[in-house]
Amino acid sequence: MDTTTIEPNNKLVAKDFASNQEVKWCPGCGDYSILKQVQTVFPDLGIPKEKFVFISGIGCSSRFTYYMDTYGIHSIHGRAAAIASGVKLANPDLDVWVISGDGDALSIGGNHFIHAMRKNFNLNYLVFNNQIYGLTKGQYSPTSEKGKITKTTPFGSIEEPFNPTELALGAKASFVARSMDRDPKHLQAVLKRAHAFKGTSFVEVYTNCTVFNDEAFFAYSDKETKKDSAIFLEHGKPLIFGHNDEKGIVLEGHIPRIVNLKETTISPDSLWIHDEKDKTKANLISRFFDTEFNGEHFPRPFGVIYADERPLYEEQVTESIKQVAAKKGKVSLNDILSGDKTWTI
Amino acid sequence: MDTLESNAPLKARAKATVQESESIVVRFSGDSGDGMQLTGMQFTDTAAFLGNDLSTFPDFPAEIRAPIGTVAGVSGFQVHLGSKEIFTPGDTYDVLVAMNAAALKVDLSRLKKGGVLITNIAGFDRKNLGLAQYPEGVNPLEDHSLDNFIVHKIDLTKLTKECLTGSGLGTKEVERSKNMFVLGLLFWMFDKSMDSTIKFIEEKFAKKQDLANANIKTLKAGWDYGENTEIFNTRFNVNPAKLPKGVYRNITGNHATAIGLVAASEKSGLPLFLGSYPITPASDILHELSKYKANGVKTFQAEDEIAGVCSAIGASYTGSLAITTTSGPGMALKTEAVGLATILEIPLVIVNVQRGGPSTGLPTKTEQADLLMAMHGRHGEGPLPVLAAASPSDCFNMAYEACRIAVEHMTPVILLTDGYIANGSEPWRFPTEDELKAINVKFLTEANGVEGVLLPYKRDEKLVRPWIKPGTKGLEHRIGGLEKQNETGNVSYDPLNHEKMIHLRAEKIERIADFIPLAKPEFGKNKAKLLVLGWGSTYGSIKTAVLECMEEGMDIEQVHLYYINPFPKNLGELLKGYDNVVIPEMNCGQLLQLIRAKYLVPAVGLSKVQGLPFTTAELKSKFVELLK
Repeated sequence: MDTTTIEPNNKLVAKDFASNQEVKWCPGCGDYSILKQVQTVFPDLGIPKEKFVFISGIGCSSRFTYYMDTYGIHSIHGRAAAIASGVKLANPDLDVWVISGDGDALSIGGNHFIHAMRKNFNLNYLVFNNQIYGLTKGQYSPTSEKGKITKTTPFGSIEEPFNPTELALGAKASFVARSMDRDPKHLQAVLKRAHAFKGTSFVEVYTNCTVFNDEAFFAYSDKETKKDSAIFLEHGKPLIFGHNDEKGIVLEGHIPRIVNLKETTISPDSLWIHDEKDKTKANLISRFFDTEFNGEHFPRPFGVIYADERPLYEEQVTESIKQVAAKKGKVSLNDILSGDKTWTI
Repeated sequence: MDTLESNAPLKARAKATVQESESIVVRFSGDSGDGMQLTGMQFTDTAAFLGNDLSTFPDFPAEIRAPIGTVAGVSGFQVHLGSKEIFTPGDTYDVLVAMNAAALKVDLSRLKKGGVLITNIAGFDRKNLGLAQYPEGVNPLEDHSLDNFIVHKIDLTKLTKECLTGSGLGTKEVERSKNMFVLGLLFWMFDKSMDSTIKFIEEKFAKKQDLANANIKTLKAGWDYGENTEIFNTRFNVNPAKLPKGVYRNITGNHATAIGLVAASEKSGLPLFLGSYPITPASDILHELSKYKANGVKTFQAEDEIAGVCSAIGASYTGSLAITTTSGPGMALKTEAVGLATILEIPLVIVNVQRGGPSTGLPTKTEQADLLMAMHGRHGEGPLPVLAAASPSDCFNMAYEACRIAVEHMTPVILLTDGYIANGSEPWRFPTEDELKAINVKFLTEANGVEGVLLPYKRDEKLVRPWIKPGTKGLEHRIGGLEKQNETGNVSYDPLNHEKMIHLRAEKIERIADFIPLAKPEFGKNKAKLLVLGWGSTYGSIKTAVLECMEEGMDIEQVHLYYINPFPKNLGELLKGYDNVVIPEMNCGQLLQLIRAKYLVPAVGLSKVQGLPFTTAELKSKFVELLK
C-alpha cells in the first residue's frame, strides 16, 4: 500500500535566528533595526540555518555576530573580510555574511575591504555606517563629515570623508547598494537582493548612533525631508524624487541635471533610466554624495546602485583544482615524498 | 700552434693526479646574473645522485640584480660534499670559482691555502677591477698576491663565445651560457657524470631547442677543456658516503616544509589551506604548495600578511588544515591574529622562516632572533607551542609535527626555521607514507552537554576543546575574541572566569609535553664536562664541532632542542648531568634566557648575529676555551 508522508512544516521563523544572548547595544541604536531586518528576511532565503556564517570585526556593529543563532566569529578589528575569504574559499558551500562598521571596514580594515571587492567571493558584506566611532566613545571616523566636532577633533575634523559606495566601485565591487536602519522595508528588500546576487554584495547601511552622532541621517528618513534628500533607485525606472515626485534627473552627456517635471515638457521616458549594470552611470550616481554638478546638489541615492555578476573567486579556484586534477591526477603521498629524483644506497 | 691542441688530451690525462678526499667544499661565486645558484644546484644534484653526503649554502644578495660587477651584487653557492657524513656547508673552501673581481674580493679570505681558484679573466678587466674597488693598477691575478693558491685563469667569456659561434644565439644568451662551461669543467675535475645536468637542460629548454643545444654544447666544452688542456694538475675524487641504506633525495628546507604540510594533510584527511603573502625567505613554501592543486591543496596569496593569517583562521574554522608562512616582519604583522586564534583555540600552523632583523634587516641572510617573539610575542597571556627545525630535511619532520600538535591539541603552533636551512639542501632518506605517525582528528557532530546543550569549550583530558565545523546541523554557535565563559564559550567578563581560562589555556599547552619526544644526548652521554645545547639550524655546525672535540678526547656532549614550548619533560633533569652548559645561537642569547629562567642553570651563551651560520672553527674554539 502506498503511503504518503507529509513533510513537517519546519520553515524557520525570524526568532529561530535570535541567539540566547542579551543584546547590548544602546537603547535606540540603529543596529537593533538592522538585526531585526536580517532576522526577518533570513527565513525567506531558503538556506539551512547551519550554513549561515557571520564574520565580524570590532566595533558596535560587529557584536552582531553574537546575536544571530547561526555560526559565526566575532574577530579582530578590520579583519573580518580577510577571515571570511578563508571561510568561503575553504568551504564555498557556506553562506557567509561579513558585518562591519565604518571604522572597521574603511579605516583599520581598508585594505581588506578593497581587496574583498576586487576578489569577488560570493558573500555579503554589510557596513553599518554611523559616521562615528561609537565603541571607543566618540571619535571621528573615515566617513565623518569634514568639520565634525568630536573628542579627537574638538576644533573640527580636517579630513575628507570616504564615500563608501564610490570607494567600493573604484575597488571593482560587483554589487553596491545603500540602505538605512530607519526604512525597514527598503532594508529588507536590499538584503534579499544582496543575498540573491552571486558575488561580493556590498551594502552600506546608514545607522543611527543615538549617543555620539544622533540624527546624522534623519534627513533621509524624516517625513519632512526624506523625499527631497533621498532618491530611491529601481532598475529600469526613471530617476525621480521630490515631495510630490516632481523632480527628475536627466543626463546631459556625462553631467546630470535636475529637472522639474511640473514645469517642463520632459516626459518620464527621457529621464535617466536606472541601469544597475551600467558601471559608468553607477559611478555618477555614487557621486550623488558630495559632488555638485553645475552647482546643483543631488539627492542621496538608496537601493542597488550597481549589480553585475562576474566569475566568483572560489568557483574559479574550485574549477582550476578540478581541471588540474583531471589533467594530472592526484599524486600519491609516496610519490610526493620521493619526488622525481632519487638514488639508493 | 693551434694544430697541437688536438694532441693535448693524452698529455693531460697522463699528468693530472687524482686527489682522494673525504670531503671537499666548493664555492661558486659570481655576479647575481651569472647563474651561480643554478650552477651550484646542478653540481649538488649530481653529487647527491652519485652518493655523496652533502650540505649546501646558497648565499645571495637581497637585490635581484644589484649593480653588475660590484661587491654588493656577488651571489654565492657553497656545497660541501663528502664520503663521510656532512652536517655543514663547511667553513673554508677547497675550490673557489670566482667569475669576477668582486667575487674574488668577497670570498678569497675563506679559500684554503693551496686551494684551487678558478677565475674568469674577462671578469678582471679594468672596469670589473674598478667596480670591485681594487686600487687603480692592481690586478690580483697578476700581482702574485695569489701565489699561495693554485690559480687557473680562464677566459670563460671568450671560450664560451667561440664554442657557440654559429649557434645563432644573441650576445646576451651566449654570455649567459658561461656558467655551463664552468659546470662542465667542475664535473671533469670531480669526475662526475654530466648526464643529470644534460637531462635537466633538455627538460628546461624543451621548447627552445637552440638554447638546449647551446647549453649542452657549452657544458661539454667545459669538460673537454679540463680534459684537453694541460693546466689542470689536480682532479678530486670524493667517494660515495657510507650513509644508512635506503632511498634518498636531495631537498631544501622550504621544500621539505611544504611537503611536510602536504603529508600532514594527507595523513589527517584534512584539506590543506595556505594563506600567505610573499616574503623572503619564506616564499618558496607558497610557490611549492601552489603546485599541489591536483591534491586539492588551496593556496591563497592574500593582500597582506594579516590577511594571510586571517584567511588561514577562516579556513581552520571550516575544518581545513590551515597554514600561514612568513618571516620576521610578517610575523610581527600577524601577531594580533595569532592572539585571536589562541583565544578561539583553533588549529593553525605559523611557519616563520627567520631572517636577519629587526625591520627589513638582512632579508636574504639567516638569523635565529625571533625565538622570544615566538615565545612571548602576543598581547595578553597566550603561550603557544614553539617548534624548530634543525636541518633542511628536518623541516619535513617539524612541519609534520607542527600540524599534528595543532589539530590534536586545538592550538596555533609556531614553527621556526631560518634562511640558512630554508635555502640550504641535503640528502634526505625520505619516509614512506606508512612510516608517518598517525594524526587523529575528530569533529564534533552532536551536542556534548546534558540535554542536548552544546559546550564548545568543554575540554577533554588533554584540556582540548572540540572542533566544530560550520554546516553541522544543530551546533550553531558563536566564537570570538572576547573572553569566554568556561565550557559554554559565551562572552564573560567575570574576573575569576578570566583567570581560570588563562590558566586552562596555558595548562593545555603544558600538557603537550606528554605527547612529544624526550630530549636526548646526541652521543648518548648523560654526564660530561660540557654540554652544548642548541636549537634550530645550528645543529649541523654544533655536531661537527662536537665531533671534532670528541676526536681530540674532550669530554663534551650535544643536546638539540626541536620543541621549545613546551620543553621536553626531561630537560631539567638532563641538564643537571653536565658540569657546564653552553648555548650557541644566531641571536644575542634568547634560548639562553629561557633556559636560565626556567631551570636556574648557569648556562653561558655564544652569540653570532652576522647573518651567517656558525663556522665549525668558531664553535670549537669556544668549546675548547670552556673545557680548559
